[in-house]
Amino acid sequence: MVGDSVRFCCRGCAGAFELIKSLGLGRYYERRAQAGIVKGLQPEEAPVAADPSAWVVTDAKGVCRLSLMVEGLQCGACVWLIEQSLLREPGVEQARVSLSTRRLTLAWRKGEADPVKLIDRIQHLGYRLVPFDPSVLQSADDAESKALLRAMAVAGFAAGNIMLFSVAVWAGHAEGMAAGTRDLFHWISALIAIPVIAYAGQPFFRSALEAIRNRRTNMDVPISLAIILAPSISLVETFGGGAHAYFDSAVTLLFFLLIGRYLDRRVRARARLAVEQLTALNGTAATVIDDDGRTRDLPPTAVQPGMRVLVAAGGRIPVDGVIESGASDLDLSILTGESAPVARKAGDEVFAGAVNLTAPLRVVTRQSGGRTLLADIIGLMEAAEARRGRYVRIADRVARYYSPVVHSVALLTFLGWALLGGLSWQPALLIAVAVLIITCPCALALAVPVVQVAASQRLMRAGILLKAGDALERLRAVDHVVFDKTGTLTTGALRLPPDTDRAALAIASSIAAASRHPLARAVRRAAPDVPARETVREIAGSGLEAAEASGTWRLGSHAFVGVPDDGSGTQSLWLSGPGQAPVRFEFADDIRPDAAAAIARLRRMGCGIEICSGDRPAAVAAIAAKLGVATWHGAMRPGDKVAHLEQLRAAGKRVLMVGDGLNDAPALAAAHVSIAPATGTDVTQSAADIVFQGASLAAIADTLSLARKADRLMRQNLALALFYNLAAVPLAIAGLVTPLIAALAMSSSSILVIGNALRLGRARLS
Amino acid sequence: MTILMYLIPVALLLGGLGLAAFLWALRSGQYEDLDGAASRILFDDDDPPKP
Repeated sequence: MVGDSVRFCCRGCAGAFELIKSLGLGRYYERRAQAGIVKGLQPEEAPVAADPSAWVVTDAKGVCRLSLMVEGLQCGACVWLIEQSLLREPGVEQARVSLSTRRLTLAWRKGEADPVKLIDRIQHLGYRLVPFDPSVLQSADDAESKALLRAMAVAGFAAGNIMLFSVAVWAGHAEGMAAGTRDLFHWISALIAIPVIAYAGQPFFRSALEAIRNRRTNMDVPISLAIILAPSISLVETFGGGAHAYFDSAVTLLFFLLIGRYLDRRVRARARLAVEQLTALNGTAATVIDDDGRTRDLPPTAVQPGMRVLVAAGGRIPVDGVIESGASDLDLSILTGESAPVARKAGDEVFAGAVNLTAPLRVVTRQSGGRTLLADIIGLMEAAEARRGRYVRIADRVARYYSPVVHSVALLTFLGWALLGGLSWQPALLIAVAVLIITCPCALALAVPVVQVAASQRLMRAGILLKAGDALERLRAVDHVVFDKTGTLTTGALRLPPDTDRAALAIASSIAAASRHPLARAVRRAAPDVPARETVREIAGSGLEAAEASGTWRLGSHAFVGVPDDGSGTQSLWLSGPGQAPVRFEFADDIRPDAAAAIARLRRMGCGIEICSGDRPAAVAAIAAKLGVATWHGAMRPGDKVAHLEQLRAAGKRVLMVGDGLNDAPALAAAHVSIAPATGTDVTQSAADIVFQGASLAAIADTLSLARKADRLMRQNLALALFYNLAAVPLAIAGLVTPLIAALAMSSSSILVIGNALRLGRARLS
Repeated sequence: MTILMYLIPVALLLGGLGLAAFLWALRSGQYEDLDGAASRILFDDDDPPKP
């Protein structure tokens, strides 16, 4: 786009380009080029701005605030473009886009700016904006991860400072530090450590308490015990002027553990956005026609069955219902995942979420709000996500066996020294605490998150984004891969095969130039240099008609041209005219060039392959035959896909689902683990565990092989950590572990585990 | 060793300042959009002329 040679795919894109240039924001394209983005802005041809007044909050100073969800956000350049074009409008006080949460916060002085105009401006740039109520979506998750970060900062501060004193004390043991100075250092350490542990240890205490209340035990129980007992017994030691105190061990341990916990939480938080965004899609306002013929805007949930709704060309249908008047082509990709539009006329059923492409429609509402098909998809997805929550992570499985052992060893040590070894309870308890600290799963808690961070960074360099924290762990066990067809195995773009009749194509293209219909555009793309005909009339839902002196040319469906239905479905166009026998144009959806290679590689890795599509069975069969896939299912609705995946699960298979359409979203959430291409809808990307960029399907096998490598490393790390602990435990039981040895053991085992994980960074992908 | 009486509070104060700065940054929302912040630094014309 940088430079003068500019070509546009449609008028919307050209309009967006003009708008950007007229605003003096042409540098957007430079920025975007730097970010390496290939996907252009594609505004809907006539974007409809929803009336956001229900969501506007006005404060005492007369400043209005509005929160909006942004669809189509890709990189920093988009952030810049949206913010700059809004800030140039008079009256706008604040426009801030968050790239992480894909949300825009807008503030303007009351009366000085019109929110509908502002939203309209951004929609014309090619983004879709949906207003929402921030208080509803402000997830508790957010607050929790902030609290973790705060705790981590406090613990880090304390760990650094206490370690400073501890090093001095350890040096003092060798150099002969005066007892008074040592006690002073211990006291200062205590003063820092105790409040810090009381504050920063809370995430662990809470989780441990909950586990105990439910009569279970988890990793947090020994952790809590160690970080409470260690400073308590050290405090007693300090009172008596003892030589050893474990304040540094306790706080450093806490700091390391909080790092692991925070990393874990951050990877997971992104996945939560999925359902929120899908819900927001429901948010476009509905234009209701009253009996007296006047129109008014209502939120879709407020539309009652029986009401008439007007859907403009380019608008999204807000309710489920029946067309009362009008005929048009609908883009049902949100529901079926298929890119070819479908003709609908009066009397036909339509569903919320579909986009009306060619002509305005009047729809009589049957279902609205939470009872639409789109709402059903959301429900399916939420239910699938909830059912999948049963996966127990490897670290927790280890903890289940580990913590009871640790507790009994520490207890036995205490009893042994107190009863058999003849020590008084204080030194015996000190030794038992040393056992707890040495066995405390510091390296164990780092073993898994560190591998995950290393793996996700390695994948990110290859353009693969890990979204769920445990995605790699789940991916390891995969033995069955289910592919969606359109947009996943195929490129999703309609194209005429090269052996099409050139002469007929030239005529068709001259007619098709008048239409924005996706099939017409595909014809136009196949022969772009033919001059357009003047006298073309578009008959919505049927086709195009060009009346000439010699007769009438027609381009459209088989019925329109007057040929009997041959079952070829929606993916073909017919052309007829004076002296021309009807010609059929069959559109093909190209298979991705490396699809066969990717499938072969997955087979070699021991995975079964299957195709599940919402498309016509014949089309699915053709693709399956070309790719050599024996098992395939066509005409599947979102719910069928979920049901099928659950059948596979019940049969003991670990399923990886690969899909890109919104209709795949519930299946993605239901599968053992899921991958979506970055060309998919925002919602699909949020529902998937892993998102890959680029046109190559090799990314799937790459991710799988890296997941298996990462799993080996996790197990190695856990083994290393356990080995380390086992080796140190006899020393601790014997009472030979001083705070210095504890600190050394803890840091060196942590470094070993981290070093082992970093080997993943050099792992070679295909 | 009386020098410790000054040095220890000074060291703790400096560390505490760093901690306070971090907590302030966290509270003022600077950690809300880590992805956006990475590219925001490249925007060199933050204040457009108001028409």
